[in-house]
Amino acid sequence: MNSPFLEAFFKWELIERYFPAILKGVGITIEIASAVVLTGICAGLALAIIRAFRATALNILIVLFADSFRALPPLVLVLLVYFGLPNLGINLPSFAVLWIVLSLVLAAFCEEIFWAGILSIPKGQWEAARSTGLSFLATLAYVVLPQALRLAVPPITNRTIAITKNTALGTVIGVGEILNQATTAQSFSGNATPLMMGAIAYVILFVPVVIFGRFLETRFRWRRA
Amino acid sequence: MEAVSTTPILELRGLRKSFHHTEVLRGIDLAVAPQELVFIIGPSGSGKSTLLRCCNRLEEPTDGSIRVDGVDIMARSTDINAMRRRMGMVFQSFNLYPHMTALGNVSLALLKVLRRPRKEAERIALAALDRVGLSEKARAYPAELSGGQQQRVAIARALALEPKLMLFDEPTSALDPELVGSVLNVMRDLKRGGMTMLVVSHEMRFARDAADRVIFLDHGAIVEEGPPEQIFTQPEKTRTRAFIAELAR
Repeated sequence: MNSPFLEAFFKWELIERYFPAILKGVGITIEIASAVVLTGICAGLALAIIRAFRATALNILIVLFADSFRALPPLVLVLLVYFGLPNLGINLPSFAVLWIVLSLVLAAFCEEIFWAGILSIPKGQWEAARSTGLSFLATLAYVVLPQALRLAVPPITNRTIAITKNTALGTVIGVGEILNQATTAQSFSGNATPLMMGAIAYVILFVPVVIFGRFLETRFRWRRA
Repeated sequence: MEAVSTTPILELRGLRKSFHHTEVLRGIDLAVAPQELVFIIGPSGSGKSTLLRCCNRLEEPTDGSIRVDGVDIMARSTDINAMRRRMGMVFQSFNLYPHMTALGNVSLALLKVLRRPRKEAERIALAALDRVGLSEKARAYPAELSGGQQQRVAIARALALEPKLMLFDEPTSALDPELVGSVLNVMRDLKRGGMTMLVVSHEMRFARDAADRVIFLDHGAIVEEGPPEQIFTQPEKTRTRAFIAELAR
């Protein structure tokens, strides 16, 4: 069993040695990813709801935010915030920087997706609800959003997975997530086994998320006319 | 007593509506008495639907006054949401909420607008569904119902709020011919029950035997009005005559 391939990627003693470190990275990745998912989706939904009020000035700001945060590479944002804020006297731990930046990026994408969902609900739904005396907000809450959210589930799931994978960017600012642990171990050991362990950890972590997303899609599909 | 009973349920005065620079309604005066069924006919683009949609301000009138049950609904102090409850509206495309059952559709406003407890709301909703002959479909989703059934659920949704006035905007135009009858029967029942109704429709036979008054609208103005037999058989105006002739073809 001295195949050069196994030596390079699956060296047993390294697996044993770095397993705890990678596991710690998994824990940190899960923490950041969950925090990002929660704040990012909620903030995106909040922005889409605010946009539904169609206050011109506010909507321009929301569109500017959504467009720029969707356009910028997340890595640029991470570095900008991490190295920029201390010059303003704001010192945030790298964990917080990663969380805030990724949340904003996810929020920007989610805002657009939720807004598209809200727009796709036929005008007749609004009119029917308003004609029974429901207020704008009640119509949004009970008639429009429940339908818009269902439409948004598949694209939101995809985007959420894409953004949360960016937790790996934390490695450049020293967040001890999976990739950070793996690269550190790689440089100590001079062997790619820890990186392979990291890759496997990502698969183990994100495949269930993909499956959960698929479950949500079927769960929230309803019989349409 | 006499004076009270003749106060119109709906009174439009000088109603105007423009979209950009196109005037769709050019000063409509119309009063609908309690229990009256007023039927509006006219060529497409004549402003029939806009007229109806101005009555509950789904469409904001450009000018004129609208009184519903004596209340000026254009007044700033008027709670438009409260007034809309007194007017049921039925749409050509049903507009049922697809994510809710028939019961859910009918009880939503009872729960969220009138804040009735769930049990009571469902009891009222079931009674409304029963009025349109669909109590056994209470748990069905709109997609599981035929067009005619969907439109009857939509009627029940409006009825559940005990409106003073029902507005029908081409309620049978989107239905297959064999399903039209069931909806018209429900409307006949409502008329017999004393409901005040303003109906935009092309169902001339229904107009003939159920309407109290027919209004012919063209280019945003009332051209002629009268009892159905007069409008359909001896219209005075040339335009009315031409339109009726066109329908009879």
